[in-house]
Parts: sequence; C-alpha cells; structure tokens
Amino acid sequence: MKLPIQLISGIILTSIFIAAVALSFVWTPHDVTILTIADKLQAPSEKYWLGTDHFGRDMLSMLMVGARTSIAVAIVAVGIGIGVGVPLGLMAAANRGSLLDEVIMRGNDLIFAFPSLVIAILITAVFGPSALNAILAIGIFNIPVFARVTRGAALSVWTLDYILAARTCGKRALRISVEHILPNIANLLIVQGTIQFSLGILAEAGLSYVGLGAQPPTPSWGRMLADAQTYIYNDPRLAFLPGIAIVMMVLGLNLMGDGLRDLLDPRIRRER
Amino acid sequence: MISLQALTLAIHGTPILSDVSLDIPQGQIFGLVGESGSGKSMTALALMQLLPSGSAVGGHVLVDDTDVLTMTESEMCALRGNDIGMIFQEPMTALNPVQTIGDQVAETMLIHGKASKSEAAVIARKMLDRVGLPANKFPSSRYPHELSGGQRQRVCIAMAIALRPKLLIADEPTTALDVTTQAQILDLLRELVAEENMSLLLITHDLAVVAGMADHVAVMRRGELVEQGPTEQLFKTMTHPYTKQLFEASSHQPDRADDAQETPILEVKNAIREYVAPRTKLFHRPAPFRAVNDVSFTLMRGESLGLVGESGCGKSTLTRAILGLDPLQGGEIHLAGEPVLAGEHMPASLRQKVQIVFQDPYGSFNPRHKVQRLVMEPFHLTKAPENARNRVAKALETVGMKAEAMDRYIHEFSGGQRQRIAIARALILRPDLIVLDEAVSALDVSIRAQILDLLADLQTRLGLSYLFISHDLTVVRAITDRVLVMQTGQIVEQGQTEQVFTAPKHPYTQQLLNAAPQIPDDWLETKHA
Amino acid sequence: MIRFAASRLLSLTLSLIMASVVVFAVVEVIPGDPAAYMLGLNADPDAVNALRDELGLNGTLWSRYFGWVSGMLAGDFGQSYTYRVPVSELIAQRLWVSLPLTFLSLLISTLIAFPVGLIAAARRGKPSDYAIMGVTQLGIAVPNFWFAMLLVLVFAVNLQWFNAGGFAGWENGLFAGLKSLFLPAIALALPQASILARVMRSSLLETLTQDYIRTARAKGLTRAQALRRHALRNALIPVLTIIGLQFSFLIAGAVIIENVFYLPGLGRLIFQGITQRDLVVVESVVMLLVFSVILITFLVDLAYAAVDPRLRSGR
Repeated sequence: MKLPIQLISGIILTSIFIAAVALSFVWTPHDVTILTIADKLQAPSEKYWLGTDHFGRDMLSMLMVGARTSIAVAIVAVGIGIGVGVPLGLMAAANRGSLLDEVIMRGNDLIFAFPSLVIAILITAVFGPSALNAILAIGIFNIPVFARVTRGAALSVWTLDYILAARTCGKRALRISVEHILPNIANLLIVQGTIQFSLGILAEAGLSYVGLGAQPPTPSWGRMLADAQTYIYNDPRLAFLPGIAIVMMVLGLNLMGDGLRDLLDPRIRRER
Repeated sequence: MISLQALTLAIHGTPILSDVSLDIPQGQIFGLVGESGSGKSMTALALMQLLPSGSAVGGHVLVDDTDVLTMTESEMCALRGNDIGMIFQEPMTALNPVQTIGDQVAETMLIHGKASKSEAAVIARKMLDRVGLPANKFPSSRYPHELSGGQRQRVCIAMAIALRPKLLIADEPTTALDVTTQAQILDLLRELVAEENMSLLLITHDLAVVAGMADHVAVMRRGELVEQGPTEQLFKTMTHPYTKQLFEASSHQPDRADDAQETPILEVKNAIREYVAPRTKLFHRPAPFRAVNDVSFTLMRGESLGLVGESGCGKSTLTRAILGLDPLQGGEIHLAGEPVLAGEHMPASLRQKVQIVFQDPYGSFNPRHKVQRLVMEPFHLTKAPENARNRVAKALETVGMKAEAMDRYIHEFSGGQRQRIAIARALILRPDLIVLDEAVSALDVSIRAQILDLLADLQTRLGLSYLFISHDLTVVRAITDRVLVMQTGQIVEQGQTEQVFTAPKHPYTQQLLNAAPQIPDDWLETKHA
Repeated sequence: MIRFAASRLLSLTLSLIMASVVVFAVVEVIPGDPAAYMLGLNADPDAVNALRDELGLNGTLWSRYFGWVSGMLAGDFGQSYTYRVPVSELIAQRLWVSLPLTFLSLLISTLIAFPVGLIAAARRGKPSDYAIMGVTQLGIAVPNFWFAMLLVLVFAVNLQWFNAGGFAGWENGLFAGLKSLFLPAIALALPQASILARVMRSSLLETLTQDYIRTARAKGLTRAQALRRHALRNALIPVLTIIGLQFSFLIAGAVIIENVFYLPGLGRLIFQGITQRDLVVVESVVMLLVFSVILITFLVDLAYAAVDPRLRSGR
C-alpha cells in the first residue's frame, strides 16, 4: 500500500500543537499573566523567541496558552455534536419515515438556518460574552451536521441483509443500531469529527476575534489577532504569528482527515 | 469481419487474458460464455479499448483488417459507436439520469458528425421506434427514471445501433432483467442482427441463452478459451471437460428424497400486506398499495416449496411477513401452529423455528464481526448455551466448512463459502423452516450446484422444511417438491413442481416457462446417454 | 415542478415560523424583562417602565409575538432604542453594503472554483492537479478575517491600491462602491473557493466512475466530451448543496469581515447592537440573517429540481 503522506504529515502537525498545549500546563517560556510594558513590541530575541506583544507578553507563551482555548473549544463542540447528533441520526434512521424521523430532520433544518455566528450573537446578546458561548454556538451547529451524516450513512446500512438477519433473530432497533450500524459508520464519523474539529478551530478564532468568544485576559488566537489589528502598520508580526498558528493547526487536522478517509474508505482505496 | 488474434491482457502485471483468438463473421451471433472472473467482459473492453488504467494489451484486434490496438485514441473515438456499439449489464445505471432518452440516442449521431441536430432528433426517434419504444407511449422527452429496466435496455440498444455498426457487443445484456423481459430483449437483438446484417458478440454466463441465440460459441475460463465452435456442434460434442462441467452444473439435479409429511409447518391464510403509497397530490391520500393480495398456502414438514415470480411480484414482502418483520393488514400466518406476529410481539421461542438465507453473500454479514460471532447471532433468541463455540464449530462442519473458519473475518471467504456460513447461521438454532431467499442466485453455476447439493443433503439429514424463493425456474425445478407462482401480489398457480413445469395451467405460468431460455432437448440426449 | 416548488415553499414557511419562535424566545423570553436588561443594572424604574411601554412588553407573550411577526411582515421592525430611528431604516442602509458584499464574494468564489475544480478533475494525478489540491488545502485552512488583514497589509498599506477600510458609498458611483468592497469580497471568497473547487473536483471524479460515462465512451465520446456533456451536470448536484451551505458561511463571514474593513454593514450594526444592549436591533438583524439562509436553501432546492428531472417529477 502507498504510504499515506497526507496522514503522517497531518498527524505530525497536529501532534506538535497538542504537545505544545500539554507543555503549556507545566511550562511556558514566560508567564502570560504578567504584563511587562517595558518589553512591549520587542522583536524576536534570545529572551523572547518570537518577540513580545503590545503588553510585553511573550508571543510564544501566548500562542501556547492560546492553543488551549482553541483546542478545548473545538473538542467540546465536536463532543456536543457527536454526543447529541449521532444518537439523533441513529434514531431517525431506525425509524425512517416516521413522525420522529420527520421531527428530527425538521429540527436539523431549523438549526442549519442559524450559522454558529448567529447563535453566538444571540447567546451573547442575552447572556454577555464568554468562551462558553463559543463552545455552545459551535457545538449546537455541529449537532445537525453529525445527525445528517449519521442518518444518511445509517440508512444505507439498514438496507443490508445482515440487518434483516439480526431482526429475524429478534434484535430490536436500539441493539441493532449499537451492534451493527454504529461500528460500520464509525469510520465516516471519525473523518467528519476531524473536519468539524478543524472548522471549530476556525469558528472559535472568528468568534473571539469579534469579541464573542474567550474574553481577556484568557489568551486566544482570535483575540490576539483582534489586538494585532491596531498594530498592523508598525508590527505585522503580531498578526502573522497567531494567523500562521491557526493555518498550521487547521491544515494539520484537514490533512489528517483526508488521510484517514483515504485509509478507512475501502471505496477510495480500491480506486487507487 | 472482426477477428481477435492471440489477444493477451495484463492489468498492473496480473495476467487477465492469454492467447484469446476468435473470429466473429459478418451477420452472425457469437456467444462468449464463462463464469465470473473468466475475463469475458475484459475481452469486450479490450476490443473497445476502454480498459482500466494499468492495462497492457498484446496480440491483434482486427476490425476489417485494421488493427485497433495500433489506433490512436481519437481514431478509437471515431470507431466506437460508429463501427462497434456496446451495451452493458446494468440498464438502471447505464443512462445519464439528467438527459432525455431522445437526446442520448441523438448524441451518437451528433458526436460522429453524421447528422445535424434536427436530423439526429428524427433519426433518434426512428431508432426508439425500432427498438420497441413507440412515440405515443415513449416520447423522446422522457427521462431514464420514467422507464423500467427493460425499456432502458432498449434505449441503450437504440444508442448502440443508431449508426448501424458492424459489430454490437452485448455484455450480459439481460442478466439484470426478469425472464419475460429477457426473452423480449433477446428477440429484439436477434431481429436486429438479421435485419441490419451486423455481428453480435453476446457475452453471458448462461449456457441456455447462448444455446438459443448464438451461431458460434466460445467457452472461456481463467482468461483462456477452452473450446469454441458452431453452437449445435459444440453442445453435442463438448470435447473439453470444463465445458461438460459447466453444462452439468447448470442443469444440476441434486439427489433428493421426498420426505414431506402430513403435518403443516407453515400455514398462510388470506394474507394481505399493504403499503402507504406516496402522496401525489397535497391533500389527497392515495389508496394503499397492496403488495400481497389474499395469499394462502401451506408448507408441510420436510417439504421443499418453491415460490416463483418476477421482481416486484410481492415475494419479498410476503417473506418479510412470514419472518415476523412486517405486520399483515389481513389474514394470518401460522408457524408450527402458533400465530406469527410482527416485531416484538413474536415470542423468541417461535422466532427460533424459522431462519433465513439471503441472496447476496456480501451483504449478509456484518463485516466487523468474526465468523463465530456471526454464526452465533441467532443465540440472541435463546441465550447462548455454554458450549456455544462447539455448536458453531459443529454447524460449520455440517455445511462443509472447517471449524477454524470461526476465528476469521467474513471478507476472507469466497461467495460460495459465505453462502455456506449463512446456512450455518440459519442452522445453529436447529430451526424447522428455512427461508431461502434467492439463496443461490448470485453464485456461479458450479458453486450453485454444490450449494444445491448441500441444501438437499441437509434437508434429508435434518428433516428441514424449505421455502425456496427464486426467479430462476431451473433451480426451483431442481430443488422443490411443490411450487407456487406469484404475480402482482397473488398466487396464480400452485401444484407439484413437475406437474406445473410440464403442464402449466395459468397463462402467466405458461408465459414464464416459454420465456425461460432452454437448451434444445435433442442436443442433450447424447450427454445423458 | 410546480408541485415540487409548492412543497418547498411550504417547508420554507414552516422553517421561518419555527425560526421566528426561537429568536423571539431567546431574545424576549429568556432574559426575563428585556427592558430592564437593555437599560442595565442601575436603571431608573420609571425609565424601565417607559421602555416597557415603548417596546409593548406589557401584553401577553402571544400578542407580543404576533405583534412582532406581523410588524416584520409589514416591514416594521420596531424602533431602535439607541438610535431612536426605525430599525427598518437602519437595516435598509446597511443592507446595501452587506448584500452586495455577500453576492460579490459568492460570485467570485463560484467563478474561481468551477474552472479550477474542472481542471483538477480533468488532469487528475498530473502536476497541475497536485498543485491545485495543495493550494486549496492551504486555502481551506486560512481564516478569512486573517486573510483580510494580510490583503490590507499588502494591497492597502504597501501597494496602496485600495483603501484600508471604510466604504465609499454608492452615491459616489458604482466603481467607487465596488472598489471598497473588492478586498473584503476577495478575502471572503478565496477560502470558500478552495472548498468549492475541491467539492467540484471530487464530485466530478465520482461521476466519472458512473456507468453512464462508460456508455457515453462506448458511443464514441472522448474523455473530455464525456466530462463536459455528461459528468458536469450530474456533478453539479452535490456542488449546489455546498453553494447553499456556503451562503450561510458567507453571511457569517461578512459579519466578521466588515469589522476588519470598518464597513458600515449589518455586521457592524449587530455588534453595536450587542454592546449597546439594543435587543430590538439584534433581534431584527438576526431574523433577517436567518431569513436569508432559509431563502437560499429554498432557492438551492429549486436549482436541484432544475438540474435533476427525478426531483421535478414530484417524488
């Protein structure tokens, strides 16, 4: 088999960020909670590897801690999407054509009409801004995504003979869903999970950039970009660094997702 | 005259065809017969130069003394559709779903610059009329999804012969069709060959189809032609052992004892099964569609009962009701004297009396489970006994598999082996009745013969009752004691199998039997002598 | 076709009703007393009461909901608390920035993605395909607002071809208006074009494996003819789905991008609404955004039917 270069480079990129996050809990080059105004807007040096921001905070440390916010928000949001969407999709598929199916699918359409930014706006307008808003907004938007993917894939499995065989053995829909459907659509869900994870990182950056996500002093990549905009004329470095971090992280996840799909989807594998 | 000379083919280094030589004379039908994977389709694709990437071809393919293997791709494009037309097995997917049938036929003319747009439309209309799709019923503006499989195959034929090619290649053109539709399509092909004086390369797995159609036959196995000659002569002599084996397998008659008893195992009384039809108007609820209409029959213990009918006749729907998967809207079904109820209402003790074997050896098993777990699944009804693993081993041995198979995944087995595993799964609870839903239809004839033997043997040894559902009349005749003929939801005829087959009473049964391709009896006598 | 359109129209109406209930519930029911919320913690009780009257909060929930919906249907979105002007006026002004921006970027993204996806599919496995796949892989990963900042840096700050922000206004001519929307539209469009081009490519490749392509080749069509005459239209079906979904991302993206370029669009309006706790503005703009997403879904459904005769026949 051909070596999945995509998958490997994706895993390497993603691991770098995850390692940086893990490291940030025990060590960062500098403390990001301490503002050293005297050292503000410094170019990269031996002391500050990537320079400092407008408050004199170490950029590398900020990026490491900022990655926490991005990854945490994206993971929890994907968790919400899978935790709620997958059971809904399985239920809808198991009761195809029933009222329940109709209600679930209509509900999906309804949520699809609310882009995560709009959900975030609504929540923020009523409860005020916080990182939790971003999680909720992205998570809610993920629910119909997973519900649809699950339902579509599950429906095609339900038509197979081994499901009929299981039914003649007296197995009920729930048991069949868990034992026969879920394992056979897991690949697809893993791939979709990676895609939503990367979309979550992008969405979180966008939300915190406009101030609907993580609030200061919690560092986040989107927030850093918003702050950098003021300084874009004199120190574009402040805007480059968080942006490149986002691109690399998302690129890594997407490469991993594509690689996984090629690896797990027998149809594509055959085509090669 | 089309001539293949020492054609060889390898795909990514794997040899597919070796030294295939044959001549297709003008105005004649050439039958190419073989089991799946024998390379017969690849021969056709090599002729058309439509091979998958990574193919390496050798030898010569002469069309009127020009070797197509030396032609450039643009020369080939000019040749395809013009000198050689081709139709394929699966008419349901062979047409572009978003283009009208008229446009698709006209395209053959347009692409070869043989007609203006308006002329092409006129010729296309004529061609559609010619293949039996008259304008008043099938206007050119129809889309493929509005046609049945047989009608779509006619459109494909119209497309392929629009420019009156020298050769038409038909790759399993009727395999996906019902037997009466098959007969019509074969008649059409035969007529066209005679009228247009073109050649036909008919590729099929079915010896009977070839016997009724072809002037010449070639038998292919593992990429080689083992035998070829004029049809009648070849059938009468059969010099190669593989041809004999193929022939015997296709008319195989397993040894069966008539063990039918007087006690019924399955009684179906006035069964009615209806579906809610889709709404066509917003506020109008349409009458429900009656898939099974007042069906009654009895299946005795130890008996093998055939259920014959074409696709859509309701036989699958009836099966699902018998298995207690869908509720009836009228009538009742009794299994071993107890009523069959749908879903959770049916007690496990009753469910374990009936098991099923499906057609598709690939879709019948969860690919994520090992054979042991697959065969054990029916234990869900009884709670797995202590010696479950031994029971699985025994069931596998009963169907002629080794017990070691249970630690492997299903994809490691061939189609025939999978069907044996499916039978093992059906046997594990020692049921009284096994429903065989087209259980041998997807198998090659030689494998099919083995599975039929196994089924006959199991019935005698274990005293099983079979409900054998199939569209294949030969198979039903070989394995059943009695037969039911089903048409549009009703049983139109039932009786002793031999009697129904030799003296059918209902016109539909007669039609079915007439449509089924057969090898002429006098070609066979020398064989059985 | 008419039956199909009617059934989609019915579902559009249903979605709108449900969406309005959700928006109403979140904005007017969950906070408890919207008037008190809008005026903040230290508000004078008399002022709160006055605002309650102004907002019509003293009626029952039902009458308030129906008042709100029937107002919107008549084009009356209520009075902005902070601007003291009808919200419909505010929206009308801002719409002239946001709407052209969204459609311009949708246009750019589609115009780029179609040929690029087609080329990649037609040259599958060749260097140009790999190059396109590489660039689009990167394009997907770029956040549009960051890309916008880079564009400002290069084209406004360094090259000075465009203004770094602000809107010239349509009254100064079509060109001036388009020029101030050009960078924002590009920033929105390029990441979306990357996604669309990839979908286009994979959809085409999928379609090329279908049986009817083989039939077409057997008729004598060249590979390119089969692609153009048969694969393209069939491949369009999944591409339409993505265009529909993209519109929702573009709307969200436009709201963010307007902040980068200081464009006086709906995005800026809604963020001002949030910071000033002007719930009337927030509620109206959100409803408008949701309406446009639902409308686009409806249009995409109609486009499906135009492409696919199986849907037209009303099943």
